[in-house]
Amino acid sequence: MTFLTMTRRVLLAAATSTLALGALTAPAAAQTPPGVLIVGQIAEPKSLDPAAVTAVNDFRILVNLYEGLVAYEPGTLEVAPALATDWEINEEGTEYTFTLREDVTFHDGTPFNAEAVKFNFDRMLDEEHPYHDTGPFPLAFFFSSVEETEVVDEYTVKFHLNAPYAPFLSNLAYPTGLMVSPAAVEQYGADYGRNPAGTGPFTFGEWRSNEAVVLEKNADYWGEEAGTEAVVFRPITDANTRVAEMLAGGIDLMVEVPPTSLGQFTDTDAYQVYEQSGPHVWFLILNAKEGPFADKRVRQAVNYAVDKEAIVNDVLEGTAEVAAGPTPPAFAWAYNEELDPYPHDPEKARELLAEAGAEGASLTFYVTEGGSGMLDPISMGTAIQADLAEVGLDVSIETYEWNTFLGEVNPGLEGKADMAEMAWMTNDPDTLPYLALRTDAFPSEGGFNSGYYSNEEVDQLLEEARVATDQEERARLYKEMQEIVQEDAPWLFVANWKQNAVTSDRVEGFSLEPSFLLMLGDVTKN
Amino acid sequence: MGSYILKRLVSAIPVLLGITVIVFLIMAMIPGDPATAILGSYATPENVEKINRDLGLDKPLVQRYFIWLGNMLTGDFGRSFSLNRPVLDEVLERFNATLILAGTSFVLCAVLGVLAGVVSAARQYGLADKLITFVVLIGISVPAFFLGMMMILLFAVNLRWLPVSGMYAIYGGGDLADLLRHLVMPALALAAVATGVVARLSRSAMLEVLRQDYIRTARAKGVPERRVIMGHALRVAMVSIIPVLGIQAGFVLSGAVYIEIVFQWPGVGRMLVDAILTRDILLVQGGVVFVAACYVLFNIAVDVAQSLLDPRIKT
Repeated sequence: MTFLTMTRRVLLAAATSTLALGALTAPAAAQTPPGVLIVGQIAEPKSLDPAAVTAVNDFRILVNLYEGLVAYEPGTLEVAPALATDWEINEEGTEYTFTLREDVTFHDGTPFNAEAVKFNFDRMLDEEHPYHDTGPFPLAFFFSSVEETEVVDEYTVKFHLNAPYAPFLSNLAYPTGLMVSPAAVEQYGADYGRNPAGTGPFTFGEWRSNEAVVLEKNADYWGEEAGTEAVVFRPITDANTRVAEMLAGGIDLMVEVPPTSLGQFTDTDAYQVYEQSGPHVWFLILNAKEGPFADKRVRQAVNYAVDKEAIVNDVLEGTAEVAAGPTPPAFAWAYNEELDPYPHDPEKARELLAEAGAEGASLTFYVTEGGSGMLDPISMGTAIQADLAEVGLDVSIETYEWNTFLGEVNPGLEGKADMAEMAWMTNDPDTLPYLALRTDAFPSEGGFNSGYYSNEEVDQLLEEARVATDQEERARLYKEMQEIVQEDAPWLFVANWKQNAVTSDRVEGFSLEPSFLLMLGDVTKN
Repeated sequence: MGSYILKRLVSAIPVLLGITVIVFLIMAMIPGDPATAILGSYATPENVEKINRDLGLDKPLVQRYFIWLGNMLTGDFGRSFSLNRPVLDEVLERFNATLILAGTSFVLCAVLGVLAGVVSAARQYGLADKLITFVVLIGISVPAFFLGMMMILLFAVNLRWLPVSGMYAIYGGGDLADLLRHLVMPALALAAVATGVVARLSRSAMLEVLRQDYIRTARAKGVPERRVIMGHALRVAMVSIIPVLGIQAGFVLSGAVYIEIVFQWPGVGRMLVDAILTRDILLVQGGVVFVAACYVLFNIAVDVAQSLLDPRIKT
């Protein structure tokens, strides 16, 4: 046999194996099974213990598995009853008494009652609690005002706060306040996060590491039964791969569609695109302690100089709206409708800079490469740099990886930078201004006021709003605060992100929530 | 031979110890800490300190190193805080997936690469040689992640022959056929560059051997061409091809990182990237040490194979 015939034989073998491969590939085009909703997530969840996680990605699973005492009213950020039917707040705003539903059991069959509620809060807050070591509980400080959780009777529970704290209710509606089964925590200890039991419309099925988390319909659910037999959460970290899975029919629903890919889904009837603005604000912290931004006119000037419309429309492809002030419009009840964003007015910016004698100033600008809620930080940073160059400001960008960036920015910008990118997603209008705009929230005090903005009036309004239990009164205080802060311009207000999602045409009854949580109980698929 | 292998294994110990020191120091030096990564925008100094204390990161550096090393020697790699499970469980599970992917790619690149090189050399300047050189050039030049994305677009999105990503189908999968379906694209994309490199080097190694006198002698004696190529020439050429294969094995293992991301393959490369971004110190350290140990062992195996083939290498 010659060498040539041997290569022919190899070729034949290769051709045969290719054919065999073709046979293997045939069933791959099959669609996802009916009644099972497959969701493309952005990452593997860290844990299914609601007290232990901080990422929206994990919350999207948890809110279908668990419930809290209260929840957000669908379509709003207002608090509505969930596992508690009713509540009373004493006059001073320091005692919250909840009446619990009596017909609820956890997925492991144990009853939900006041003892279970007490267990949940003690586990997070009491370092002496036997199951405190199932943490760490990074967001436990949401409930740090709770002095004691008291079991009044089997279905009544009372929280004693150390001081009036108005955001308490909306913090209870946040996923950190979801109720876990005490019996399951006792059984699994540190492994509870992989063996969760809640009270929600879906029960835990299985968690195949890096492949899928499967939730199954809870047949004994106290409320309306779920519309699907199961929901499968698949972690697909690469956005392009997620889009490809959606186009290939491998998933039914995907969140966080890259702006540049949206067009592929809007041009056809086979998909449905959803958008919803949420409690998110993207801004630049301006260093009001030193340098040019110590002058209010320079801070206002940069707010005029940057073309926010161009950023949201061109850089972000319309997936955000221009922000007017520090409070996102999603907090409808607390948002000041009368505020208009700073218009793009380079002429006015130049005038203000000239008045302040800051023409041609050199500025250092901290930019991050990515990070939670940061959208497209490098392109946005570059666009801002170009707009500021237009009015004669010389901006030099320093770029950092997200964790490093936080390590630089959170301790304060003094001596390092004039401005820095930042974004927050919160659950209550109190959170961001209270943590990042008060005099008592300077980094040296443990807060996030990295630009050292200080205005006594704002301080007082925020303190008052925090202890006022009447929502109308709180709204009035927040609206006044927004007016002052917009005028003072401690930040360069840029954008409010609109979350998006795409579903295939087989999915019905889906909607995005302003809370950015993914409620799938009512969703059906045919 | 036995004592040679033992000698090589013993000499690997300082290498591995060095790796533990380096990876430990890198993780200690890079800015950002696990608490900041967990808390994100909520990372107040007070919260950060509390969580770092819970994770045992408040102890002195040297003490932490020896605690970690001591635990590892007893088989305890610690617990990943970001995945909330033992590091070793996660690493073994992930490494298994990487081995399937990288192993397939390695076999593909070794078999196809050597075969292409041999054909090229046997038919120097012929049509087969030119064709192979052209394909090899493309294989070497196209970045693997780009090739992967183009394959997804063509075979998964447009033709719908193959699944886009993952290792098994979510429903109704789990058997060997399902695994192979998911494996085809990532394995080919990962093998492309390495195959090209191996093909080129095999070609030149073979050409050099084919010029030797003893080959001419063999042909003059009337030995069939197939035996001249596969028996006389390739056996000798393998001595210089095998070390290249050893290097390519490392290349395939590291290249798996971005292929795993593009194809959402649940392997150790993607795990390490995620672990670095979340500053999951124990997971990064455990993962790196494990992969490094495997690589060192593989290289020892390559050296042993080479010494078996080439008697000139002293054992």
